[in-house]
Amino acid sequence: MKIATVLLRSAAVIALAGAVFAGAAEAKTLRWSYQGDATTMDPYGLNETFTLGFQGNIYEPLVGYDAKLQPVPMLAEKWENPEPTKWVFHLRKGVTFHDGSPFTADDVIFSWKRTLTEGSDMKGYGAKAKEIRKIDDHTVEVITPTPNPILEREWSLFYIMSKTWSEMNNTTEATNVKGSNQGNHANRAANGTGPFVLTERQPDSKTVLKRFPNYWDKSIKTNVDEVVFTPVSQPATRVAALMSGELDVIQPVPVQDWERLEQTKGVKPLTGAEARAIFVSFDQVRDELKYSDVKGKNPFKDVRVRAAFVHAVNLEAINKQIMRGSAVPLGTLIAPEVNGFDKSFGAPYPYDPEKSKKLLAEAGYPNGFTVTMDCPNDRYVNDEKVCQAVAGMLAKVGVKIDLLAQTKGKYFGKVLAQAGYDTSFYMLGWTPSSIDSHNSLLNLAGCRNKETQSGLFNLGGYCNPKVDELTTKIGAETDQAKRNAMIKEAWEIVRADYGYMPLHAQPMSWGVREGVQVVQRADDVLDLRSAVVP
Amino acid sequence: MSFLSGFTDSDLWHSFIRTPTALVSALLTLILIAGALAAPLVAPHNPFDLASLDIMSAHLPPVWMKDGDPAFLLGTDDQGRDVLSAIFYGARISLLVGFASVLLAVLIGVTLGLVSGYLGGRADAAIMRVADVQLSFPAILIALLIDGVARGVLPREAQEHMAVYVLVFAIGISNWVQYARTVRGAAMVESRKEYVQAARIIGIGPVAILWRHILPNVLGPVLVIATINLALAIITEATLSFLGVGVPPTTPSLGTLIRIGNDYLFSGEWWISIFPGVVLVLLVLSVNLLGDWLRDALNPKLR
Amino acid sequence: MLTFILHRLLQSVLVILAVALIAFSLFRYVGDPVNAMTGQDTTLQQREELRERLGLNDPFLVQYGRFVADAAQAEFGISYRHRRPVRELLAERLPATLELSIVSMALALLLGIPMGVYTALKPKGILSRGFMSLSLVGVSLPTFLIGILLILLFGVVLRWLPTFGRGEVVHLSGWTTGLLTKSGLQSLILPAFTLALFQMTLIMRLVRSEMLEVLRTDFIKFCRARGLPSRLVHFRHALKNTLVPVITITGLQLGSIIAFAIITESVFQWPGMGLLFIQAITTVDIPVMAAYLCMVAFFFVVINLVVDLLYFAVDPRLRVRRAA
Repeated sequence: MKIATVLLRSAAVIALAGAVFAGAAEAKTLRWSYQGDATTMDPYGLNETFTLGFQGNIYEPLVGYDAKLQPVPMLAEKWENPEPTKWVFHLRKGVTFHDGSPFTADDVIFSWKRTLTEGSDMKGYGAKAKEIRKIDDHTVEVITPTPNPILEREWSLFYIMSKTWSEMNNTTEATNVKGSNQGNHANRAANGTGPFVLTERQPDSKTVLKRFPNYWDKSIKTNVDEVVFTPVSQPATRVAALMSGELDVIQPVPVQDWERLEQTKGVKPLTGAEARAIFVSFDQVRDELKYSDVKGKNPFKDVRVRAAFVHAVNLEAINKQIMRGSAVPLGTLIAPEVNGFDKSFGAPYPYDPEKSKKLLAEAGYPNGFTVTMDCPNDRYVNDEKVCQAVAGMLAKVGVKIDLLAQTKGKYFGKVLAQAGYDTSFYMLGWTPSSIDSHNSLLNLAGCRNKETQSGLFNLGGYCNPKVDELTTKIGAETDQAKRNAMIKEAWEIVRADYGYMPLHAQPMSWGVREGVQVVQRADDVLDLRSAVVP
Repeated sequence: MSFLSGFTDSDLWHSFIRTPTALVSALLTLILIAGALAAPLVAPHNPFDLASLDIMSAHLPPVWMKDGDPAFLLGTDDQGRDVLSAIFYGARISLLVGFASVLLAVLIGVTLGLVSGYLGGRADAAIMRVADVQLSFPAILIALLIDGVARGVLPREAQEHMAVYVLVFAIGISNWVQYARTVRGAAMVESRKEYVQAARIIGIGPVAILWRHILPNVLGPVLVIATINLALAIITEATLSFLGVGVPPTTPSLGTLIRIGNDYLFSGEWWISIFPGVVLVLLVLSVNLLGDWLRDALNPKLR
Repeated sequence: MLTFILHRLLQSVLVILAVALIAFSLFRYVGDPVNAMTGQDTTLQQREELRERLGLNDPFLVQYGRFVADAAQAEFGISYRHRRPVRELLAERLPATLELSIVSMALALLLGIPMGVYTALKPKGILSRGFMSLSLVGVSLPTFLIGILLILLFGVVLRWLPTFGRGEVVHLSGWTTGLLTKSGLQSLILPAFTLALFQMTLIMRLVRSEMLEVLRTDFIKFCRARGLPSRLVHFRHALKNTLVPVITITGLQLGSIIAFAIITESVFQWPGMGLLFIQAITTVDIPVMAAYLCMVAFFFVVINLVVDLLYFAVDPRLRVRRAA
């Protein structure tokens, strides 16, 4: 007994010494670059995929995503949904924050309250719970305002902060741009439970993370000790830096550069399908289009015109020539990775320009008409080029498109709700953050309603009460089979209505140095827990 | 006719035909200008006609490479647009912006310079103060600012159609100072001369004096500055378009073409950016050479 | 003398105020900052609240008044994007831009002056012709094109030099420098050269033409006639006389270097103020844009003022004229 203990101890000491020695011999550094910076370190500062994904290496949610975007236990070991509006999360024991303080139920409740503070951009996440009760130090009970069968998915980006740390550093409210909260500590510093500790932060220039030695999950794959993150906005510069060996991982790589990366020794492209669907749509609400030569009526109210547009666009050609075969052409508004996708409505509409011409003639536009198309030029993969191609194809059936491609700030400023949906014809992309159809149905296909927040990103105002009815039911249905059947029904209605012109699921496109292993998740997030450098 | 023979007899002409670089660069400039002017006639395709583009013929290399298509001598870009035709039309816009902005700058600069030099006093002080301030701001920054203002003030639908005018205004307004300074100096010297004093005494109005007596004396240096500024204006336009605040891609200038093609530099489709780049450099280079020669030829000290 | 200085100072302040007005008013109308600050999922009501909180719904004059009052205390508010005081951001970026600009200027002078002198002394030499052609190409190639070509050649094909960023920097009490580390120096080469090329050709041509002019003066002819060795004539007398305009132009060109740094910094991802400015334009970060413009205006006005005062001190003719 005694001998065994001694043996065990010395083994541990040797192992520890070995680890220390290995660390001293060669610290493994991962040099990583993205096209922009993580905007803030405050986990409730900005609801944006990249920023939250980056923070996910420092902070952790109760339930996270694995490589296949399936829920995995993080700070909650297990969870159940005993009643439709009640969830119970059993918290992991023995977890400490980077500053050494223990993780408890108080931190969960504090974090939830913080998401609802003034500067928070994550209020939508906080609003998923009506109340959180502490059962004991490691159990919490969440009461949702309505039945929510996928709360654990919807909270996958709701990170837990330390209550004591936040109070000590006067950062109990989310980073705010005005008032007394100016130098908000959480914006520049971080204290999570994740595998990496923020050690240096120079916005837009350099951010350094170091491995957290006391991380609770000893089984994670990564061998990285230090991460140096540098945003590089020019795609050519980013690709050049990877090829010249200055970087280990870059995101994104322009699709046209894949071949070059494949041919260059020492680097390779890493590609996969993203859960983001790209689509085009029409103003179906106004009685006269704002930007068109058709006066006195709105041609897009006629389903034949919408159908003519949809059939005039050759998705295969766009995929081949502009996306270099890397996209997945779609007939719906969700990518195949999203829960509820089905080939029955997901396959592209057939390309048939003759039919388009006929439909346009039937609808009373034998010579087509002119309409302005709004398009971002730095948001989605080759967005402006795709819009140009769509315009070119529509020109072939007689529709003249005036293309207005702008930087994302100006583009969103024009087309989104706060500018009154100031567009007649536009392109948009959407990733449902829960990787579930309900989010897309609600935001994109629901009739616009300020009260219920339905159709908030339905910029063309497509509306079919049957879809709304189904969406509401889907939101509360807990039986997965029934739920998926309703999802299918809803998407099929949208398709039959030609409510949208779906284009494709865009590819993810990263570049890595030979020997570097990273897992590419369909939400385009790089999870450092699985990053291995040679 | 007499003007022409007067010109062919002049020292300038003799210097011109005896300077090979001047001849070559003038020829090159003329060819490029002619090509640009006649773009609709000489370009094999109309790159602005969306209906004529076929995306399936996108990314074709120049005709002498494998997969090249004889219909597209210099290859095609990402939308299947003929690169050669795009260059013809692009050079047209680059030259249009260049010439128009220089003209604007000359008009403003010469007028203000004459007024400033002839009147002197407060008008002079005010104009030169503004000139000093503006001279210290680089043209590209001023152009960037004016472009920004225009983008903010103009309605969004108009922006695309107005882009060229905005550029002309932005580049023109940022370059008038040099003319004003040069002309002012000359006007100051001339206006003190006896013949001008005499003209004034016999009752010739100031406008006539400025126009008939002073202006001809400053035309030489103005021409030199204008030539060199033309090259600069073309570069400025290209830079603004490259930064994405110039002319829109639907009516691309050479700078816009380079910006678009830059995305494909690493993927091996070099022709999309390199050919417009070469044309831009040739154009600017030949105009610069011409300006250099003109300066030397008009500078009496160098003869 | 004193009234002259006061007069100029007053003018300078007016210029800066005018720039502040332009800087503020123009960008007030470009884009919508609320979009740059929120994500796709943010609701309409949250956006409207944010808009109200930022004072974006106030009348124009109220917003401008607030801006000027703050700017007078070097307080430009909080960056919409970074959510940090703009002053801090600019202070962080200033060293990078100044280092790049000064090194470029030094490079331009060190290469440009000898080349100019040489081409003036041996106008027919092959090397001179080479320099002149090179300078023409330098003037005719847009900065962005030079940068891209250099990256392609030295970064990707030859893999000799880093293609982006500043490399390792050393912190020295509030200042960061890349001049003390190997990677920092290596990173500096390509952007500094790109930025210097245009100035170099400008200086070379200026030195050449000034030199040619001076060499033709009676003063130099007299020196030669006295039998002074030609090296002495060229460098002691001729070059000295050409340097005054060169130094003046160099001073004024510092401003244009800072402006061209916007392009260079954006191509090489150099973490300076120019890059901050371009990024601010794309994200419609009004406080940063306005602060950058005011700061650049301040730089330019100060440089001008100094050059003017130097002239005043150096050139006696100017003093007489002003007095009259």
